Amino acid sequence: MLDNVWIIPLIPAVSYLLILFFGKRMPKKGAEIGIAALGAAFVLACITAMQWIDKVEAAVSKEGGAATGLAALGRSVVAAATGAPEVEPVVRGVTWWENGPAKFEIGARVDGLVVMMLVVVTLISLLVHVYSTAYMHEDRRFTHYYAALSLFSASMLFMVISANLLQLMVGWELVGLCSFMLIGHWWEEKPNSNAALKAFLTTRTGDVGLMTGIIIVFFAAGSFDISVVNEYALSPEVNHGLMMWASVALMFGIMGKSGQFFLHTWLPDAMAGPTPVSALIHAATMVVAGVFLGARVYPVFWEGFSIGGGGLNMMAVVGGVTIIVGAALAFVQNDIKKVLAYSTVSQLGYMVMALGVGAWLGAVFHLFTHAFFKACLFLGAGSISHSATHHSFDMREMGGLRKPMPVTFWTFIVGTVALAGIFPFAGFWSKDEILATADQGDFRIFLVVGLIGAAMTAAYMTRCVYLTFFGQYRGHHHPHESTPAITVPLVILAVLSVVAGLLQSAPFEIKKFQEWFEQVGGLPKEMIIPEFDYGLAAISVSLATIVVGIAAFFVFRREEHGALKGLTQRNRVAHAGYRFLERKYYLDDLYEGVIVAGVKGPIARGSNWVNQYVIDGVVNAVGRGSARAGRWAYDVFDQEVVDGAVNDIGRETALAGGGMSKLQSGRLQRYALFLLASVGLIALAVYIVNVA
Amino acid sequence: MDWFDDWALTLAVFTPLVGMAIILLIPRAEEAAIKVVALLTSLVTLAIGVGILVDFDFGNTAKMQFQVDKEWIPVINARYHLGIDGISLPLLILTMVIVPLCIIYSLDHFPEPHNPKAFLALILLLEVGMIGTFVALDLVLFFIFFEVVLLPMFFMIGVWGGPNREYASIKFFLFTLFGSALMLVSFLALYFLSKRSTFDISTLASFEGAGITRGTQVLLFAGLFLGFAIKVPMFPFHTWLPDAHTEAPTVGSVLLAAVLLKLGTYGFIRIALPILPEGAQVWAPWIGLLSVVGIIYGALCCLAQRDMKRLIAFSSVAHMGFVMLGIATLTDFGVNAAVFGMVAHGLITGMLFFLAGSIQHRYHTREMSRLGGLLVSAPKMGWILGFCAMASLGLPGLAGFWGEFPAVLSAFEPSRLANGILGNTDSTLWTFRTFMVVAAIGTVLAAGYLLWMYQRVGMGTPKPEFEDAHIHDVHRPEWVAWTPLLLGIVVFGLFPNLIFSITNDAASSITRAFSG
Repeated sequence: MLDNVWIIPLIPAVSYLLILFFGKRMPKKGAEIGIAALGAAFVLACITAMQWIDKVEAAVSKEGGAATGLAALGRSVVAAATGAPEVEPVVRGVTWWENGPAKFEIGARVDGLVVMMLVVVTLISLLVHVYSTAYMHEDRRFTHYYAALSLFSASMLFMVISANLLQLMVGWELVGLCSFMLIGHWWEEKPNSNAALKAFLTTRTGDVGLMTGIIIVFFAAGSFDISVVNEYALSPEVNHGLMMWASVALMFGIMGKSGQFFLHTWLPDAMAGPTPVSALIHAATMVVAGVFLGARVYPVFWEGFSIGGGGLNMMAVVGGVTIIVGAALAFVQNDIKKVLAYSTVSQLGYMVMALGVGAWLGAVFHLFTHAFFKACLFLGAGSISHSATHHSFDMREMGGLRKPMPVTFWTFIVGTVALAGIFPFAGFWSKDEILATADQGDFRIFLVVGLIGAAMTAAYMTRCVYLTFFGQYRGHHHPHESTPAITVPLVILAVLSVVAGLLQSAPFEIKKFQEWFEQVGGLPKEMIIPEFDYGLAAISVSLATIVVGIAAFFVFRREEHGALKGLTQRNRVAHAGYRFLERKYYLDDLYEGVIVAGVKGPIARGSNWVNQYVIDGVVNAVGRGSARAGRWAYDVFDQEVVDGAVNDIGRETALAGGGMSKLQSGRLQRYALFLLASVGLIALAVYIVNVA
Repeated sequence: MDWFDDWALTLAVFTPLVGMAIILLIPRAEEAAIKVVALLTSLVTLAIGVGILVDFDFGNTAKMQFQVDKEWIPVINARYHLGIDGISLPLLILTMVIVPLCIIYSLDHFPEPHNPKAFLALILLLEVGMIGTFVALDLVLFFIFFEVVLLPMFFMIGVWGGPNREYASIKFFLFTLFGSALMLVSFLALYFLSKRSTFDISTLASFEGAGITRGTQVLLFAGLFLGFAIKVPMFPFHTWLPDAHTEAPTVGSVLLAAVLLKLGTYGFIRIALPILPEGAQVWAPWIGLLSVVGIIYGALCCLAQRDMKRLIAFSSVAHMGFVMLGIATLTDFGVNAAVFGMVAHGLITGMLFFLAGSIQHRYHTREMSRLGGLLVSAPKMGWILGFCAMASLGLPGLAGFWGEFPAVLSAFEPSRLANGILGNTDSTLWTFRTFMVVAAIGTVLAAGYLLWMYQRVGMGTPKPEFEDAHIHDVHRPEWVAWTPLLLGIVVFGLFPNLIFSITNDAASSITRAFSG
């Protein structure tokens, strides 16, 4: 499989076509094709991962297990290459296009990062496929939905196995197309199609950076190939200036795709799509594409942002700001999906910040664990709306769902705890990896940001859980547990949310995640792999727990006492803050009200006005002027000077022309003659000029 | 197949003319016979094209093939010289494919006033001009074919056009003629100034501008520039285009967008660049500037349109801006992208105009505020429209991307000689890099206007006035006419080397003069 990994995206791609053309005639309306395809892709992805792991372990054992057993306690800083042998990625390709002597390939690349992504994407996608059979049951476009899901998975997988940046960009854009299709799945309603457009256009705005960045990298490194690019960025002859510009440009691509501040505003709107799609977008496809890009050509950023030197850089700052910005917004949402959406924004901030502080492993590991608990939470929210609130996501209509929906409740709790980063759930390990790196790599400020973010996460999730599952049921339906097609994926994801983090749990002497998946053929050698820090872990966990406790105290007490209740109405500062959050920092007002409306309105209308009245005005004036000149020539010159016989011939011609087309009155012929006569004169002039 | 090598291009050019002559002999009432003859003629022409494809030496695309070089007008040394290389071939085949599709589409969409005889005869005459332009290797011959194209298009717009057809058709004719006039001046000057008095394009190109002073080259290039730029059309010479497109009958718009505009860009690559290299170097930054202005400006104008067809017309201004940007860099990347962009734009915008025509045919309006819910009323057509909008905005994996991305790419490192009057390579570099970023921003605007168009036309629910109207989904002639174009968009998008491998050597040989 390592050589033929291209089959994995091909399967869902074929499935897309099959569903599109034959889906409606199938007994399950095409769902069975999609599930079978993703099942096959998942199995193949697992086989690929096994073979990769075998390869790595074989290499490691040949070296006498030098990499293992180094887990000394304390804060010792150990280089990335902990003596582990480099395992070469498996890369294959065929010619895609050519230019001059250069040939550009399309190909497949297998390394640690790729196999990890393959497994995650196919697994989440498979679960979403299964889940959707119940959730999307009797949807108006069930078959199209499945077709789009398949294409979505295919695009993401295609992007993941990219051997070069151009191919990655193709996959990247196709992922964008699919999310456009799925977010706008119910396009009859304007808000949905607006959300789809917003997602596409915002990410496309970031893609200006992606395109520019790839071009800069191409000319700097002389290739699109990922190995070549990474090698170039780490070589001594690297052009630091170009790498910096490339990093900044690529960063815009990441901000657009991975919902980083200030291009994050499309993500919450994207909740207009069906919930399983939100789960897929937030966990395994689309938004993680940006982080994936960051991890994929990490040396470029390492060099461009001088990450090894510590201090502030664009990547870490953007990520850090996003953590806080996203988490703060999650507080004021009433829509459960929007809470989760902003939570994703915030968590993606962790991943980007991790890359920015040199925690490559932390970023990738957090991407891995986040996929499971975020998918779990989204699918849980979907389960509630499906079985309890009749397609509503408003938490004011929920409450008390703990009893009627036990499976949904418990899986949601597991997801929440994992998200909040409580020991020993998955989120704890990955978040800790990030924070420890920030701590040991001279990025203290981001350590603080990360800790604050963790506390905020714990708090808003407590609010969310309380409003949804505790208290009195406030809806008008009859809540009941969902069917197995929904609960089984939930349970699987919940289990993974518990155990996934243990793959990299230093106190238990397990560093499998690092061993298997850090082998990507070329990471900066100076990268810091932190040692497990009990103190830090204790701080972050207890912080989260305390916050949960406080938050729970207040929300539980709110109804009776109300020390905080109505605070935002009573206190002007608190109210202003609340408004500020409620209006989403006024970013949407800026983008939609000012930028988009400006471009669509005055600027576009202005251009059109210039076109109609200025440029066309000149054209028409010239036309009219020539006609007048022609008339003058005819009346004054032609009629009075030239012989009448010539006149007659001219009139005959005009009549013949007029006969051909009743529209014309011979004006055209006169223009033409006029023009062609001038041709001769000018030609003569040019000739004379050049000779003289 | 020796005789085919000698005759293929002549046959390709004049077969449509023979068909047209036959049609003129058939009485107007016998519509069926006229249609059959027209379709057969275009298919025979296409078959010749397939023959050319089979016989073409793909290992040698920089070389002129299928050459014919006969004495024609000895007194001015104009020769009947035809030939094709890797740059003409894709455009030639594109033309040969588009024409029969247009005829098939017309079979049950004849515009008013109903006169298939004249209409089809004009399409075939148009084909003569288009094919002729792409294969001519003599300036006089080129000029004649270039002008032959004007007449049928003029009548198509003027007779079968919309309410404002008279204005649009005259504007189209005069604007283009004005450009051709100055182009002709340059042609004549080239004849007189070249070492040997000749109109032969290959010979002139082999001189690489030797014997013509830099100043004169600049002047002559300006003449050629006006002739070609108006045809492309480049900002600010584009205003004939939206009017012509808005008024033209559907098939006229398709041919105009798919092939006619390419005559201009082809002229740049075939004539202006190789024959006047120093002129090209001086003008390159200015052409680049007009290109990116066109990209942004065309997109902004699109956003202001209410008429769907006019929007697509303005989008052509923006898209041809990418093609011209590629050419202006004077690099092989740029020229390859330009040729790919021409083919892709031909397929995609041609399709969009077909769709606009079919939508107008069904709704009797193109006002986007009155349309809506095409996905509900005619789902298949709605999907096709969405597909074409995506292709047009340059989605990777579809053909449009391969015209756009390499063009933007090429602007990062333009030819060192493309330095205008600055004479400073560094400022040239940064000028073009600025163009690159602006062009990249143009892709966002493109996504904007196309998706807004799609949202207004395709999504939502039908407006009350059309709620009960029966909107026919895609019917058979439309499928036949559209399938090849749709397949082309996908296939060239997935396998771009189908075109790049043909154009590459030819493009390199043209840009070699600028690689120093």
